[in-house]
Amino acid sequence: MDTLANLMHGFDVAVTFQNMGLALIGCFLGTIIGALPGLGPSNGVAILMPLAFSLGLGPTPALILLTSVYYGAMYGGRISSILLNIPGDEPAVMTTLDGYPMARAGRAGEALAISGIASFIGSFFATIGLALLAPQLVKVALLFGPAEYFALFALAFATLGGISSTNQAKSAWAAAFGLGIAMIGVDGQTGVPRFSFGIVHLYDGIDFLVAIVGLFALSEVLIFLEHSGGTSASAKEAQQSRPAIAIGRPVASFSLIRYCTPAMLRSTVIGFLAGVLPGAGASLGSFMAYAAEKQINNGKDTFGKGDPRGVAAPEAGNNAAAGGALVPMLALGVPGSGTTAVLLAVLLSLNVTPGPLLFTNNPDIVWGLIAALFIANVMLLALNLPMVGIFARVLLIPPKYLMPLVAMVSFVGIYGISGSTFDLLVMVLFGVIGWGLRKFDIPLVPIIMGILLGNLMEANLRRAMTISNGDWSALFGSPLAIALWLFAAFGFLLPIFVGRKVKAGIEQAREEARDLGI
Amino acid sequence: MSDRIFGGIGLALAAFYVWAATTIELSFISDPVGPKTFPFIIGGLFALASLAILLRPDAPPEWPSMTRLAEIAAGVAVMVAYVYLLPSAGFVIATALGTAYLSWRLGAAPVSAVVAGLATSGGIFVVFHLVLGLTLAKGPLGI
Repeated sequence: MDTLANLMHGFDVAVTFQNMGLALIGCFLGTIIGALPGLGPSNGVAILMPLAFSLGLGPTPALILLTSVYYGAMYGGRISSILLNIPGDEPAVMTTLDGYPMARAGRAGEALAISGIASFIGSFFATIGLALLAPQLVKVALLFGPAEYFALFALAFATLGGISSTNQAKSAWAAAFGLGIAMIGVDGQTGVPRFSFGIVHLYDGIDFLVAIVGLFALSEVLIFLEHSGGTSASAKEAQQSRPAIAIGRPVASFSLIRYCTPAMLRSTVIGFLAGVLPGAGASLGSFMAYAAEKQINNGKDTFGKGDPRGVAAPEAGNNAAAGGALVPMLALGVPGSGTTAVLLAVLLSLNVTPGPLLFTNNPDIVWGLIAALFIANVMLLALNLPMVGIFARVLLIPPKYLMPLVAMVSFVGIYGISGSTFDLLVMVLFGVIGWGLRKFDIPLVPIIMGILLGNLMEANLRRAMTISNGDWSALFGSPLAIALWLFAAFGFLLPIFVGRKVKAGIEQAREEARDLGI
Repeated sequence: MSDRIFGGIGLALAAFYVWAATTIELSFISDPVGPKTFPFIIGGLFALASLAILLRPDAPPEWPSMTRLAEIAAGVAVMVAYVYLLPSAGFVIATALGTAYLSWRLGAAPVSAVVAGLATSGGIFVVFHLVLGLTLAKGPLGI
């Protein structure tokens, strides 16, 4: 039982006064960030990440803080889904379908409680899955040479648009854009400057933290500015016409929990797999979990009308996916989703290179992190059941006060790292770029991934070519590499044929629920 | 139409990128691939993706009206001004001004916007500087 011994060691590392305090703060902030519409796990972690560095936290405490935020945000997303029918973040979309009808029927407390328990079950078992599966994947990854790694990066980019992507050209565009930005700066292998146009600031390249915070946080502020004028009246109206929902006591009876348990367990498995596989992620995990439960249980046509299992399933699904997504990120160093890409950025800025060697070289970090996830999960359950009323009140903070705060905290974080106003200007530029690209439906995650992984990808290509003495066929030289290339091609082409259908399926489920609910 | 223009701009960017890649000087240290090849591959991919967007455009996005665009431009201008003001005016003053402006434009009444500015700026100063010890830009008042 290597894994168990490692995990015990992890608890040794994680259980210190400082780490526990950070986990608690992370859980608390994460739940709030997840609950607030407009802030989700990716931009939440993005805003807090620079702060963690400016404060000089070590790798393990910083990771514990930020992954607690990540898990917390996955919990928090459900709160506004249930109470306001507005998903707090992308993966919580499916929770609105049955959560809001339950709340309207006066069962808001029950819905919040059962979804909190479902979140706990989903992420608890997913964390166990992470502890079991990641070391196995590491064994495979140790067989990888530079050519296989290059193919793996290609696979990650090819599948990043996800199965519900409707325009693969735009995903590819975004990946190329990010990779192109990564090339700016002095070439690590030969020492020549590239794309710096004589500007000294650019010799170090573009710091990915600056790009991430600009793309995720500042562009959100600009979107709010865009919609603040004309639409605010109608938004206000919508808020007023929506009756304030009393939460009631956030408890779920034992029989209700038992009633939902099979749904939670099935959804956990589905969500975990969706998280591990490239190109699926938490949003799809919760969608598939909900769709599966609807198929299995909908004899009496209760789904979409406030069936508690319809709340439990997507919440267990998306929280399990959040844990599953950590498997490829830690074991291979290749993230499969936006938030894990941001977490990868955290590791890279701490000078920790994820991947198979992480497990042998820095077992403290890996197992300390996994242990901290277990602890954070228990904290989250404890926070989320009795205190859900407090989090619900946070939803009342209007964006006109919240968004300026988001902007300012972003500035403080980036300024704290470098003390350079040039970086702040670059961040504003990325905010504008992010706003524009969102208009064109260009996904932002492949850009981040490109900036993060571009140099590693190139280094592996060049290493492979040096080994083969410039023979390009070496990239397809092993069965493993060929398999990875085939998966990449398959993953890129599949959405072209089924992407619209999957997306339409999600939209249709939303529409149906809206028709029924109101 | 929007996507076609976008694809066109993308193609131009790709061409510029590939040109910039050709100007990378070679060093005396070298490997079989060299520093230019990967940028060329990226430039090619970028051009292909732009071309695909140009040839098969999606439905155009909903563009905001000119007044909303001006609103965004003003917001960006204030952020840039904030960055330039930061070293000379110091964190507290610059942040109070920036926050007040953004709150006001996001729909707060002028008085509450000013209060929000002072509260946000003071709050960040207390939490991040006094409690957590983060370095913030110093101004003439020493804060």
